[in-house]
Amino acid sequence: METHRDPVRPGETSPITIIVDGAPVRGLDGQTVAGVLMGAGRLAWRTTRNGRPRGVFCGIGVCHDCLVAVNGLPDVRACQRRAADGDSISTEEQA
Amino acid sequence: MTVETPDVLVVGAGPAGLAAADAARKVGARVALLDAAEDAGGQYWRHLPAQRPAAHERVLHHGWDRFTALRGQEMLTNAQVWLAERHDDRPPTLHVLVGPADGRDRVRRTFAPKALVLATGAYERTLPFPGWDLPGVFTAGAAQALAKSERIAVGRRVLVAGAGPFLLPVASSLVRTGAEVVGVLEANGWPRLGRGWSRRPAELLATRHKAGELAGYVRDLARHRIPYRAATAVVAAHGAERVSSVTVARLDPQWAPIPGTSRDVSVDAVCVSHGFVPRVELAVSAGCGLDAYGAVVTDHDGRTTVPGVYAAGEVTGIGGADLALAEGVVAGLAAAGATASDAQRRSRSENQRFAARLEAAHGIRPGWVGWLGDDTTVCRCEEVTAGDLRAGAAATGSRGLRSLKLSTRAGLGVCQGRVCGRTVEELLHRHTGGLLDPGRTEQRPLAAFVRLGELAAAEEQEHQ
Ligand SMILES: Cc1cc2nc3c(=O)[nH]c(=O)nc-3n(C[C@H](O)[C@H](O)[C@H](O)COP(=O)(O)OP(=O)(O)OC[C@H]3O[C@@H](n4cnc5c(N)ncnc54)[C@H](O)[C@@H]3O)c2cc1C
Ligand code: FES
Repeated sequence: METHRDPVRPGETSPITIIVDGAPVRGLDGQTVAGVLMGAGRLAWRTTRNGRPRGVFCGIGVCHDCLVAVNGLPDVRACQRRAADGDSISTEEQA
Repeated sequence: MTVETPDVLVVGAGPAGLAAADAARKVGARVALLDAAEDAGGQYWRHLPAQRPAAHERVLHHGWDRFTALRGQEMLTNAQVWLAERHDDRPPTLHVLVGPADGRDRVRRTFAPKALVLATGAYERTLPFPGWDLPGVFTAGAAQALAKSERIAVGRRVLVAGAGPFLLPVASSLVRTGAEVVGVLEANGWPRLGRGWSRRPAELLATRHKAGELAGYVRDLARHRIPYRAATAVVAAHGAERVSSVTVARLDPQWAPIPGTSRDVSVDAVCVSHGFVPRVELAVSAGCGLDAYGAVVTDHDGRTTVPGVYAAGEVTGIGGADLALAEGVVAGLAAAGATASDAQRRSRSENQRFAARLEAAHGIRPGWVGWLGDDTTVCRCEEVTAGDLRAGAAATGSRGLRSLKLSTRAGLGVCQGRVCGRTVEELLHRHTGGLLDPGRTEQRPLAAFVRLGELAAAEEQEHQ
């Protein structure tokens, strides 16, 4: 939601940019990889063996639906991993 | 490798673990407090990260002052306990990886505490329905986590559904994050809710705080004109690449959908939760006994069935944050060799009655299988359907859960059956006329996903 209308009044934070499948995506410092993706309007990023799209389901690290590769390392839960400026995320290298 | 030997090791920095560590410290114990998350607070006090501190964080939280008093303790975050190694004569040795979630270069640490407090909490149970694997279908807790720690609403038009009072705070934080909540659907009907909530009001008075908290959520629903419907459920989600609508239907008292009552509602997200499952893998590895609901059995001091191992909070049964705090204090004191006062014990048992009422009013009823189709995915990881399970049971004639899981692959994916395990077990129980080895779902040798490479590298460093 727009920060100025948010009742929680989140503090100022620095923008970060991560590279998702080669394209830059902007997020905020302190967000998880899933938070950055969803903040940019993406709901799904992984594809199952049967070709079904998946994104966040449980949001707390239990279901493993949200897996991505971070800087070449596969099987990282996007909802648990804090995004770092410059991280390279691939949604295509999953087993 | 050096083995650290605190007097008390507490796993989990949610309400229960924070209270346990604090109580143990106050009576002089050397305490180590660990949590896999990057911040303390557990599920209840999830909040914006330090990089983005909020001016008014408390509007999303109850008991925020209690949290700010507890969070100042020394603790190790980003610390994933992945293995509890059992011993016959002392509490287990815990193996921990410290560093960014699922990373490759985490630091390995080992703890052999004199006493162990398990405060690992719970996760949600969501029953499967057709389309529940579409993007845009979330657990209610996911909506809560994204709202509280990211300030992201999971959709613009959102329906919240399932069972239990937990649906209310979720609706509340969704509206405070800018979403329109089109309704809250509770599977149980008013007669059952009424019996569960209005009988013996004296007990509810003892947990005054919880009642006040509920009243606040109910006010939020009224202010935003969000309808709350009893005896109603989401029975299917529709959409191509993401949810665009859901079918809702009335349920009978056993949760079976009533024919002719369904209608479609257009939404872009739906948040579903039917209850909670205690997170018991470490407790099971440590050898702790479980009760019929799969929660860790404890006595009035929080002792488990294993000497030197204590448990507190939702891992011992579902009852909310107040109960978790009360249990934490008692278990923390006992683990440190002190004894809780009568008042502290009383607060624990009063809150426990709330847990029993919760189960009576909101526990899952068997009729829900009426909304499953043969092609409904049950195991999300391995994409095993309800029809696959039935066919597997019929084809093999087996009544062994283990062998049926191996032949169907249900519950054997990367989440290790945390999402579907109980559901798979219940469905197979019906198809086989009774399983020979029920309850095995909770047995997982590793408490978390670990990379063999990471362990091997750590091993090498040690031997250099
Ligand atoms: C997703 C979710 C959202 C919830 N939101 C609300 C809410 O908004 N309002 C409400 O009234 N109730 C909510 N609840 C219920 C809530 O969980 C409890 O009331 C309360 O948080 C229980 O406290 P606890 O200390 O027992 O467990 P938790 O708060 O769950 O804390 C357990 C902690 O243990 C840690 N942990 C678990 N396993 C390991 C391990 N192997 N290694 C290291 N650390 C580990 C976890 O990271 C977690 O921080 C929610 C529950 C869930 C599952
Ligand atoms: S959404 Fe379930 S693990 Fe990330």
